[in-house]
Amino acid sequence: MSVSRPFTRQQRTTVIHGMLAFVLILVLLQLWLLTATMNSYLGGDDSVIWPAAGASVLCLLLNVGLLRYLYHLDRARR
Amino acid sequence: MTDDIRLEAGTNDARASIDVRIDTPGREGLTGTAPADLFKPLQEAEHITIAPDWQPMDRQPAWRTDFPIDWPQDHYVERRDFMKFMVLTSLALTVGQFWIAYRNWWRRWRGEPEIQRVATLAEVPVGSVRTFTYPGPQDDCVLVRTGEHAFVAYSQKCTHLSCAVRPRVAEGVIHCPCHEGYFDLGSGRPVAGPPRRPLPLVRLQIRGDQIYAIGVEERTV
Repeated sequence: MSVSRPFTRQQRTTVIHGMLAFVLILVLLQLWLLTATMNSYLGGDDSVIWPAAGASVLCLLLNVGLLRYLYHLDRARR
Repeated sequence: MTDDIRLEAGTNDARASIDVRIDTPGREGLTGTAPADLFKPLQEAEHITIAPDWQPMDRQPAWRTDFPIDWPQDHYVERRDFMKFMVLTSLALTVGQFWIAYRNWWRRWRGEPEIQRVATLAEVPVGSVRTFTYPGPQDDCVLVRTGEHAFVAYSQKCTHLSCAVRPRVAEGVIHCPCHEGYFDLGSGRPVAGPPRRPLPLVRLQIRGDQIYAIGVEERTV
């Protein structure tokens, strides 16, 4: 029978570093999406607006999922 | 050293069990009278977070756990809070996307602008420039007569940072003085400087000797 042990603090810090790297990349991607969409909108091209909004929502859901896992890590420690 | 503290018989003193000699096994190097295992850590070294009141961390108020004293825990909390902030930023960027979608819907719902008379042919000699507002009073535009029967009109807002552009008919360009942007006079497309999008084109219609603006065409290239 295996015993589930909570992560040590050092392990949690490593995990959060990885999550931060991922979140930063996603946020940069969302920033690019916003600027590209604004550029298209100002140029009268509305074909990219909804696909870009969908992609941005997907990035947000990934970020929120990672944040939820972070809360789970903290709860498990306590 | 063989100096022992001998207590009276029957004394109920915790110090009675303390051997003050510093050469006993396990106490080498200590200078006090406490046994070596008195300061044995109760948990792993990296988990020790010492609160000012010396109570365990699970009995501390939330604000004290959020502002811990030891640096490793402080670093962890810093990164955890930064991650929360980044997720908030992600939410704000997503809201921005939907704001653009709403603005687009509102633009479509507004529909094409009304036709507006701009000037008469006599009021715009060949090679001259005339300013007007279209479709609204805040939308400054320029009309340029480049030939006997050739007219071009553009929005006067530079597509870089909205400065007022000035046509240079003799040079065949439209110049933005703010950041030295240049647009081609015939097409409105950027040819130099920081602008990346062409100037919005105002569609014109000549009816007799009257010049009418009938719509605005925004372009990405």
